[in-house]
Amino acid sequence: MNALTSYLDPRVTGTPGSAGNELWAFIYVFVIFAGVAVVVLSMNWIERKALAHFQIRLGPMRVGPHGLLQPFADALKLMLKEDIIPAEADAVVFWIAPVIGLLAAFTVYIVIPFGPSQAVTDMNIGILFMLGVSSLGVLGIVTAGWASNSHYPLIGALRSSAQMVSYEVAMGLAVVSALLMTSLNTTGMGTLSMIGIVQAQQQQGIWFVFQFFPLGLIAMAIFAIAMVAETNRAPFDLPEAESELTAGFHTEYSGLRWSLFMLGEYAAMIAVSSIAVTLWLGGWMRPFPNWLSGQGWEFIFSLFPGLTFGGLALIAFIGAARMPAHAYYRIQRAGLAAFAAVLGLIALLLLAIAVAGRANDTSIAARFREGIDYVYWFMLKVAVFMYLFIWYRATWPRYRFDQLMKVGWKVLLPISLGVLILTAMTALRQELWELAIQIVKAIWEMIRNVL
Amino acid sequence: MAPITPLHYLVVAAALFVLGVVGVLTRRNVVIILMSIELILNAVNLNLVAFSRMWGNLHGQAFAIFIVVDAAAEAAVGLGILIAFFRNKETINVDEIDLLKW
Amino acid sequence: MNQAFVNSALNAGAAPIATTFFFYMLAAAAVLSGLLVITRRNAVHSALALIVTLLSVAGMYLMLYAPFVAGVQIIVYAGGIMVLFLFVIMLVSIETTVKDRQFNRMWPIGLVAACLLLAIFMGAYSKGKTLVPDRVAQLPEASNTQAIASALYGDVVKTIQFPNGRYVMGQYTFAFEIASLLLLVAILGAVIMTKKRI
Repeated sequence: MNALTSYLDPRVTGTPGSAGNELWAFIYVFVIFAGVAVVVLSMNWIERKALAHFQIRLGPMRVGPHGLLQPFADALKLMLKEDIIPAEADAVVFWIAPVIGLLAAFTVYIVIPFGPSQAVTDMNIGILFMLGVSSLGVLGIVTAGWASNSHYPLIGALRSSAQMVSYEVAMGLAVVSALLMTSLNTTGMGTLSMIGIVQAQQQQGIWFVFQFFPLGLIAMAIFAIAMVAETNRAPFDLPEAESELTAGFHTEYSGLRWSLFMLGEYAAMIAVSSIAVTLWLGGWMRPFPNWLSGQGWEFIFSLFPGLTFGGLALIAFIGAARMPAHAYYRIQRAGLAAFAAVLGLIALLLLAIAVAGRANDTSIAARFREGIDYVYWFMLKVAVFMYLFIWYRATWPRYRFDQLMKVGWKVLLPISLGVLILTAMTALRQELWELAIQIVKAIWEMIRNVL
Repeated sequence: MAPITPLHYLVVAAALFVLGVVGVLTRRNVVIILMSIELILNAVNLNLVAFSRMWGNLHGQAFAIFIVVDAAAEAAVGLGILIAFFRNKETINVDEIDLLKW
Repeated sequence: MNQAFVNSALNAGAAPIATTFFFYMLAAAAVLSGLLVITRRNAVHSALALIVTLLSVAGMYLMLYAPFVAGVQIIVYAGGIMVLFLFVIMLVSIETTVKDRQFNRMWPIGLVAACLLLAIFMGAYSKGKTLVPDRVAQLPEASNTQAIASALYGDVVKTIQFPNGRYVMGQYTFAFEIASLLLLVAILGAVIMTKKRI
């Protein structure tokens, strides 16, 4: 009981992992798990509806009002499907492969910073840990392809892992050029911890995407391209698309095992989007913290979570009102109106917290409001990236495998090396300038002594 | 139970080292021999980092990082040699890799 | 000398090194999967067991307050070298290797030699038990990366100095450069080895 309440003390700042509070770390882990499950389900729905509307059709409309219950129907179908293991396949490795992929995708959530103390823990090597553990996902794919004991999955697995390994290099170099920017403080000491990176952006008063313009922007663009290739999403999804190699490494997986792969893929998408948001887009910081500062602007920006949910509730309500007034649509209409009511209630709750916590002291409401704001801005930026993933899938054709590898090694790697060198030179421009002056002076002295 | 001292880590490292040595000496599959060599290198690393903790400085950790880099280079070249050999002789049994025998 | 060292460490108010449960769990996982590495008939099973070993050793590094070495281990070893191993296993594995005899004919001698080695280790450790202190002072974990960066690249060896007073040479800078040269040579070597026609 003491462990439960000791963390709620306002004098305790920091993540539960840093405070040594295991109970609250467990609670955070469960909350993150539940959150990721909700996000994956809604991503499934949003992807199908968005792709459909891009292709001027409607998408799922039957299962719930506007197909809102489609993810649940899909999950139910996958759970009830027959579990087929190919003959001559290695049963143990066949079973372990999706588990490895899932573990690699979910372990990175320990260090994702939703707020300055809203993370499970703050490791000293935060970004290194994230890059390393997400590179363990390659092992899951390789073992899945091998364990299926069939040609197409094996070729798909080898291609997919070659692609992931190639783009990891460009990703790592882009990350390093962002880490260089964290060391532009008085001590010249940078940091690898995720919370430290966002705090460095807060200290320098600029998102790293705008730092040393256009170097930060190019670095983020390289990372954005590489992360799409890392997660095997379009337009880099040759190894796993249904029309190529008959679905690649997860051909022989059906039912619940295939849904584990899907879950791992979406979780990895959220994880790499969080890396991009933390490193370049300022993490949990609201837009314009320096330009539009002050009590008034703080209050206006703290209304955003409530207004977002209010907007969603309004859209759902309008959708319910526009449904055909037919007897067959009665249940769907009632369901959508109930969904709109729930969203509206959440909106009202968030607005109440925003108003009650306005005084910016350490009351419970103010701390709730701060926490909600941090998480909201972080998730909003991650949601922008997730929508970009869906947009890429709808718009661009697939890369052929040799074109894919050519882009990874011959285009992204030299550009990211160049950006890294230029960022380092820009960060040390004072020292380089003085060194150059000293060298010129020394050469001038030598010439004068010779003459 | 007794508190965990660096000696506990040294014992674990010794166990891993001996397992690696057994693997190198007794297996016929070249890839598994290379994996046993990685076990040996890991045991040495664990030893180094345990001593670095004991003495309170970073020399052990820096050396361990260099050993990891070295192991990566060695694994890459060793597996390259294995692939080049496999192309010629279609076998990965160490007993059959005896080109110098008369 | 030994007793004085042990006493000084105890009087420094030091903390124990690791929580007991996690140490025994990770140690058992490492040794058990090490055993699986050397005894499996299938090379892919051995590779998966080696991955478990590498990750448990990374966990032990975390308990030893060496997070940077743990991160390097996960990225390079488990995420890079093991992927390379799995690739090569898939390229060179043929059906006859699984049905062949897996231990060579000299295996009793190898086992006896290894047991002798283990006996030497245990003898050395039991005789030198007093040299290892019970409790050691805690290394600061929150700045481990920065400390290693200083050791590798600056502020320790004060030779080359920038005009504003910042140093760029550390104790291990030279070894760092040689390591990068080693990696370059390894890349070239691996590429040339596996080319079909040089």
